[in-house]
Amino acid sequence: MQFFIEVLVGGLLSGVMYALVALGFVLIYKASGVFNFAQGAMVFFAALTFVGFQEVLPGWLGLEADSSVVFWLAFLLAFIAMIVLGIATERIVLRPLVNQPHITLFMATIGLTYVVEGLAQMTWGANVRGLDLGIVDEPIAWLMDNYEIGVSKFDLFAAGVAASLVALLALLFQYTKVGRALRAVADDHQAALSIGIPLQTIWRVVWAVAGFVALVAGMIWGARNGVQFALTFTALKALPVLILGGFTSVPGAIVGGLIIGASEKLAEVYVGPFVGGGIEGWFPYMLALAFLLVRPEGLFGEKHIDRV
Amino acid sequence: MKLKKTVLLGAVIAGLLGSSMASANEEQFIGLPSYRVGPYAAGGSGLFGGWIDYMQLVNERDGGVNGVKLTWEECETEYNNARGVECYERMKKKGSTGNSVFQPVSTGITYSVLEKVAQDKIPMVTIGYGRTDAADGRVFPWVFPMITTYWSQASAIVNFMGQKEGGMDKLKGKKIGLLYHDSAYGKESHAIMDKLAAKHGFEVIKIAVAHPGNEQQSQWLQIRQAKPDYVVLWGWGVMNPTAIKAAAKTGFPREKLIGVWWSGAEEDTIPAGTAAKGFIAAGFNVAGANYPVVADIKKHVYGKNKGNMEDKTRVGSVYYNRGVVHGIITVEAIRKAQEKYGKGKALTGEQMRWGFENLNLDDARLKALGATGFMPALKITCADHEGPGKVKFQQWDGSQWKVITDWVDSDRPLVRGMIEESAAAYAKEKGIKPRDCSKES
Repeated sequence: MQFFIEVLVGGLLSGVMYALVALGFVLIYKASGVFNFAQGAMVFFAALTFVGFQEVLPGWLGLEADSSVVFWLAFLLAFIAMIVLGIATERIVLRPLVNQPHITLFMATIGLTYVVEGLAQMTWGANVRGLDLGIVDEPIAWLMDNYEIGVSKFDLFAAGVAASLVALLALLFQYTKVGRALRAVADDHQAALSIGIPLQTIWRVVWAVAGFVALVAGMIWGARNGVQFALTFTALKALPVLILGGFTSVPGAIVGGLIIGASEKLAEVYVGPFVGGGIEGWFPYMLALAFLLVRPEGLFGEKHIDRV
Repeated sequence: MKLKKTVLLGAVIAGLLGSSMASANEEQFIGLPSYRVGPYAAGGSGLFGGWIDYMQLVNERDGGVNGVKLTWEECETEYNNARGVECYERMKKKGSTGNSVFQPVSTGITYSVLEKVAQDKIPMVTIGYGRTDAADGRVFPWVFPMITTYWSQASAIVNFMGQKEGGMDKLKGKKIGLLYHDSAYGKESHAIMDKLAAKHGFEVIKIAVAHPGNEQQSQWLQIRQAKPDYVVLWGWGVMNPTAIKAAAKTGFPREKLIGVWWSGAEEDTIPAGTAAKGFIAAGFNVAGANYPVVADIKKHVYGKNKGNMEDKTRVGSVYYNRGVVHGIITVEAIRKAQEKYGKGKALTGEQMRWGFENLNLDDARLKALGATGFMPALKITCADHEGPGKVKFQQWDGSQWKVITDWVDSDRPLVRGMIEESAAAYAKEKGIKPRDCSKES
């Protein structure tokens, strides 16, 4: 039973990490109705920019590499870089494609993926870097000593960060003017424009916020596995989360993440040995596919009704 | 009459000058299917950087190989099979004698061009990757999986564990976890580990990690439950630091986690931070810049600002030195082939194949190259395209790799038996008549 609980809790906490990446997808989808294929590349770009600044700032400013000034300045500069990237994306990629079919925008984000990946490695090099956030990735001693259940401190920290982000974004969407404008833009670009919503500003805001989410996700995943190209693969983990939770729901990303995280870990441990193992990669997709048949809009997604 | 004499004399001088110019301009082209962008760029930039730096060293310090300057061109594969094949095709006609050797640095690309290289008569050298049974040169005359193969490596790792335990008989009843990348590369370990388990009486617990391997919580929970004595990490890319960190999280001692050579570079340990301290990995080359060959590169190549590495601190890293090993083997094969086909001449792929097949880098030659202890002594024959099958083990001390063993042997009779069996099955399937090596010169 202890082992089952450990697998379940570990899975739920992993799911929160997936949800962190899925949030970025949800934001862009809500604002433009497009699935941003470049979200994984943005996570990579953001984390690499952060560690890149962490490397160069001590030399520029004559500070210690591990000083908190360097950390926060690198964070700020990486965030500014994400805002610049967001504005550039709006001007160069999205603006010429207003009112084009969603598939066109989707294709544009595929192109954007390659540009962002290349830009990141061109600017900061291809070296793999470590990232230390000061939180050790080891089990909580009390739980381990008393119940023999290993729950990582780092995973709990990541869950806390994700919960805070979700709360913040949910408030933004539900209770602010910008949030309502975002929802209107997502519904219909032209209608939103006709009632005076500044489409371009909204897109810039949302890409900047998505950039912020990518930065946080990149830092947490980077601290766990190193800042390297593989951060782009985190997007693969977010896809089934989105299908389950719904592409337009911020809380849905969290719930979807929890379901995917827990089910894939349980499946790997209890089903994996009977089929040769390594099922973690495809099991969430199978689950998402089954879910699509029952509820195509996801758990919390908006039901799309067309008048015919 | 005088005019006729002058013209004739002029023609002779021009002819002589022309021939000497041609000789001075002899160049040996090496096509490099590199990967400097994409998922595996970190390893690729180090390996190809070291390789190019070594060739640059030979040009700068020695004026080429017996006067033949080395030229090269990179073709970006992004570690992608289709692009690798495209690069192979694009490069095969380049240079005065065509691309004289193809070294794909990717098992996938190796398989994709396996039959093409034989048709095009271009030797393919796969150092530490590729198809293991191609070590049987009677069946695979054009393929050279040199120094050591995956099967030799697995066997050497088990021998190392035996050494640690105080004898191979002490492995009886032990449990060895095999955490492998769930791909053809990872599964390459299964057959040999099963054979070794049967021979030495230990149990193998195979645990797959789905690509890319950035989540391993469930695998490490299984490991914690099974309580193995050792875990072999047969990983690649992000799977490696993730495994090391997960080992630390579950309290598995890093001294008992033994990585393969694609798991044992700075790119695998630095991202894992303090968790990597104590982690051990096999390698057919070692890390370190304190070898004369690397010192020469610093002096003759970086001293003239002709180095390939943007980040000079990586000179002497595991991947960089692996690139230098690729360079040494390529250059020494050229030197060997020139002994037979003419010093100072550019070689065709067919001639280069002979050079590889007769390569003999003994201790004296390694010393002359400044590479004693850097890589194992190597002798290739018509039947044996692998060579020594030895590895050294290195341990990460928290900031760098430290060599902790001498060259550790594999179980040669067992591995060679498996290679010959597998190669014979391939030959039967493809209708290949194995060469009679007694007739080769």
